[in-house]
Amino acid sequence: MSRHVVAPTNEIPPGTRKLFTIKGRPIAIFNLDGDYFGMFNRCPHQGGSLCHGTVTGLVESATPGEYIYSRKGEIVRCPWHGWEFDIRTGKSYCDPDRIKTRSYTVETAEGAKVVEGPYVAETVPVRVEENYIVVEM
Amino acid sequence: MNVENHPLPGPVPTGAKSSRTAIADCDIHPVRSQPNAFDPWLPARWRAHLQTYGAGRRLGMQAGPAYPKSQPNAARRDAVPPEGGPPGSSLAFMQAQHLDPNNVALGILNPLQTGQGIANPELSAAICHATNQWQVAEWTSKDKRLRASVLVPYEFTEAAAAEIRHWAGHKDFAQVLVLSRTGEPLGNRRYWPIYEAACEAGLPVAVHAFGYGGAPISSTGWPSHYIEEMTGHAQSCQAGLASMVIEGIFERFPTLKVVMVEAGFAWAPAFGWRLDKVWEQLRTETPHLRRKPSEYLREHVWWTSQPMEEPEPRTHLLDTIDWMGWDRVLFATDYPHWDFDDPALALAVPITDAQRKSFFLENAKNLYGVQA
Repeated sequence: MSRHVVAPTNEIPPGTRKLFTIKGRPIAIFNLDGDYFGMFNRCPHQGGSLCHGTVTGLVESATPGEYIYSRKGEIVRCPWHGWEFDIRTGKSYCDPDRIKTRSYTVETAEGAKVVEGPYVAETVPVRVEENYIVVEM
Repeated sequence: MNVENHPLPGPVPTGAKSSRTAIADCDIHPVRSQPNAFDPWLPARWRAHLQTYGAGRRLGMQAGPAYPKSQPNAARRDAVPPEGGPPGSSLAFMQAQHLDPNNVALGILNPLQTGQGIANPELSAAICHATNQWQVAEWTSKDKRLRASVLVPYEFTEAAAAEIRHWAGHKDFAQVLVLSRTGEPLGNRRYWPIYEAACEAGLPVAVHAFGYGGAPISSTGWPSHYIEEMTGHAQSCQAGLASMVIEGIFERFPTLKVVMVEAGFAWAPAFGWRLDKVWEQLRTETPHLRRKPSEYLREHVWWTSQPMEEPEPRTHLLDTIDWMGWDRVLFATDYPHWDFDDPALALAVPITDAQRKSFFLENAKNLYGVQA
């Protein structure tokens, strides 16, 4: 397990996401109102690039004719077959125990700390005055 | 759901030609880059007609498909070409995203939403003819892996048969294409000239799900949801196949080959059992049938895979293929559509190497007579 500096925090503003390759693996990083979440970018169903799906909310219904729309911006749908995944956990909505994509811990760190290490940041130039997105994997 | 509110996160990963085993993809949808892309092959009379009146389809008071799709253009959201235009409109991007990385050795083109289903029969024929020329000019002449389908204005049988005869013997065309929702059931005598011309040309007739029959898409009215349309293809294709078998077209055209495209296939055995049971009791109603209905199905029908049913356990799928015959199933992705099947993951069940080869490549080469 190592900590990888992937980008300055301003590279993924709230409500957006971006695809990175870390340790040779495709990792999608999402920013939900300042909290960052990492997700293995291959849909466990058939391999679609989750990062290229639509970000949406959760539609639920207790009974026909009523519906609740909640958690706006926290669900990503695979660009191929539309499977829904919880950005916070990587679990699918329809079959959360079996169909889930691996999630990764993502944090932010101050440039001064990042410079001290130990971090892996081969491709990201680090400046003391900026904050950085750090993935543990 | 069709509006993308968030900027896309950069270019889609594509790949170079991969080390994956070569496959045939029996359902690829090329799309015109802009509405007037067929103009070079349309007579001035029809270009003027389109500008003045448009092209109404055989669906009352309605433009576009019968049900709004779950994704724009029914396409994978990562299939928009970087240079612009709708998904499926760029050969270069199709090569980079699909044909090369998935090692497609043979790709069958099925253009949709062009001339078929247009109410004006002569306009339908003109756009079908233009689409066929466009397939050669823009696709098959530029990528030798691709083969075209002869698009026919199937409700205008005379023109449809003439279109097939026009392209007969052209090596770039692999099959004749009709849609499943026709004005009358597919075995109706009004369509027989199409089957006759296809047999003469040595081309299979592919029946792709969807269409513009003008009647409700189910046999009991209009359902409320897209999911009902998607699952309803099975019943529409069953009705078409039952009609083809029972009307006796396989007795009349013994060399006819039919390819059912994008309707699923796990329902085929139950459908065959049901036909056989009733036929045994009602045989005298259709004495022109000299064999059990299921025997015609198994001899004359091929099935493309996508969208495959996904039973639990998944191995049940193999039982249905055993019934149809391992030489009768054809792998298809449906690229660039949203319900795309990835060849590496689509049939995630243990099968023999021989079965895998048949399913992914050999059956298509044999059916279409292509050395890919």
